[in-house]
Amino acid sequence: MEGLLEKRLVVVAGKGGVGRTTVAAALGLASARRGKRTIVCEVARQERMSRAVRGEGVGFHETELAPRLFAISIDPERSLEEFLVDQVGSRRLAGVLFHNRIFEYLAAATPGLRELATMGKVWELAQLERRRRPDSPYDLVIVDMQATGHGLGALRTARTFGDVARVGPVRRRADMIDSFLRDSRQTGVVAVALPEEMPVAETIEFAGALHDQMGLELELTVMNAMLPERFGGAEAEAIERVDGEHGAPLVAAALRSALSEYHRAGAQREQLEQLRAGVESEVVTLPYLFEPDLGLDDWELLSHELEQRL
Amino acid sequence: MSVADLIEGQHVCICAGAGGVGKTTTSAAIAMGMAARGHKVAVLTIDPAKRLATSLGLSELANEERRIEPEIFARHGIEMRGELWAMMLDAKRTWDEMIDRRAPDARTRDAILGNRIYQQLSTAVAGTTEYMALERIYELHEEGRYDLLVLDTPPTRNALDFLEAPERLSRFIDSRSLQIFLRPGIFGVRAFGRGTGLVFGVLKRITGSDLLSDMSEFFGAFGDMAIGIRERASRVGELLSDPRTAFLLVTSPRRDAIDESIGFRRRLRELGIPFDGAIVNRVHEAAGVDGSAEGVESDLAALLGADLARKVAENFADYRRVAERDSLNVERLRRELGGEPLVRVPLFDDDVHDIGGLAHVCEHLFAGDAVTA
Repeated sequence: MEGLLEKRLVVVAGKGGVGRTTVAAALGLASARRGKRTIVCEVARQERMSRAVRGEGVGFHETELAPRLFAISIDPERSLEEFLVDQVGSRRLAGVLFHNRIFEYLAAATPGLRELATMGKVWELAQLERRRRPDSPYDLVIVDMQATGHGLGALRTARTFGDVARVGPVRRRADMIDSFLRDSRQTGVVAVALPEEMPVAETIEFAGALHDQMGLELELTVMNAMLPERFGGAEAEAIERVDGEHGAPLVAAALRSALSEYHRAGAQREQLEQLRAGVESEVVTLPYLFEPDLGLDDWELLSHELEQRL
Repeated sequence: MSVADLIEGQHVCICAGAGGVGKTTTSAAIAMGMAARGHKVAVLTIDPAKRLATSLGLSELANEERRIEPEIFARHGIEMRGELWAMMLDAKRTWDEMIDRRAPDARTRDAILGNRIYQQLSTAVAGTTEYMALERIYELHEEGRYDLLVLDTPPTRNALDFLEAPERLSRFIDSRSLQIFLRPGIFGVRAFGRGTGLVFGVLKRITGSDLLSDMSEFFGAFGDMAIGIRERASRVGELLSDPRTAFLLVTSPRRDAIDESIGFRRRLRELGIPFDGAIVNRVHEAAGVDGSAEGVESDLAALLGADLARKVAENFADYRRVAERDSLNVERLRRELGGEPLVRVPLFDDDVHDIGGLAHVCEHLFAGDAVTA
């Protein structure tokens, strides 16, 4: 954990629904507890973390959610506009450019430009010297990022862009972002998986793609939402023996749910073994929380769990 | 009512929803159930889990449909009266085939396929897989070899991206107007208003001239095909709102998935896309667990002894909490849907990874009382 939180940027990657936000929030809290000025970036439109904490999103503004823990939702359009301002050196000229139809066409036609602008903003947040003087630097930037299909999605975007534009300031910026992401002293990648076949297979694939396409290794893999192993084999047999004997619906339902939990927890352990065999990095587990909806308190709890297990 | 009633007589069934909610499984189960009822059905999947793909005979990406051996169903005790075909989308190949078909000559085709803008476009850009899935379905729809086509949509970050894919492609194609600026000797600034010359100069400076020249080459070669592809994109887009297309929303009872589904339903309404129902997977069923748990532990103790009874009771209390959460979330979706069809599929003890597992899902989807309003 120490090593991970010493980086400038931690990328929390995984498919939709695996609990990336939970892991990003837990890491963010652990970092803030250590006195680090930390920001968690959400790149999809959902803003799950800030909504859970504040009841509303924070938008494209760096906003403090808890002591030393900030959040921002990175909007590609706004990032692109910001990038233009930096490149042309004039807000007015950048505005003319941004709202010109030609530019609109070019932005639509250039593969990966929006994704690049998004990663560019993440990179900017992680710089010790911010683009605007008065902005304070962060000790750690955590980005909650979807890994897509078989690829690395946004992580590889600077590379992709480099293949499109060979020269010019955009290319230079893309190269800077790319080398920052590839530098394992600065950037650490954490994969989040669920104990089910598909997410486990995808995480293993992701680790391979990260190695092959970026030359990076996973810093850490988190297996999220593990059911407790409540029942041993002998206990499950004992329950199975009496299952169906009792007429009261509640008692029958209790027995059924115990057996269901036993089977599901067992299947999850198999998936955990698969994951451990398939990735090089350390694999830590987080417990399934039987809470209706996770909020700051639950993330605090998980954040301590994570610290303990590392 | 069952899911069969929701899609009976339709030609296309689109299963949309966020990632990780079991869309692939649901689409495969719907296709299998409809095939079992005597229809000739093809399911187009995007990214199935390996074991499921293997059990469907899809060991690799193949842009062609394959028939699933009838014996496999017999082995699982399923009466298969129709035919089930399956294919896995290869988005890049679908693009290449489209270019191949439409290019006026081999030279143009090669120029496009070899262009760097094109290569990035067809693999790296958000929305292109979504569009190509629709394109492929449209093609199969036009060929008319199947009674029903079931589409498992790609796992987008946001389910809404899928709906906007045809529009996004059209927008991209519109940007071919750039070409007139990029070609030396042609001056079309006036059409784009004042400041354009300036804008262009700045662009050239910051993006580098070779990006613009690649783009020029691409749109130059793309030129005459663009109108055809654009028209095609708009027809493909129309397939979404065709009355013979069934639109099903697949979700899980988790809060964020339900929130997204509610947003999705509203967006469909705004776009005038007909909606045929929602399927909620992995519901912790609350049936049989109503009422006070008081006394349950002592009843259990009589059967299992005090220690084990306590653990079973604790587990049950946790289960009920989750079941309660699920039912509140499903209820929120139900309110949004008004009287529209909703199907709940319970959480299974095992992952669905073979024909037997799909049959199990079918039992729930095709049960006579599966659909509630």
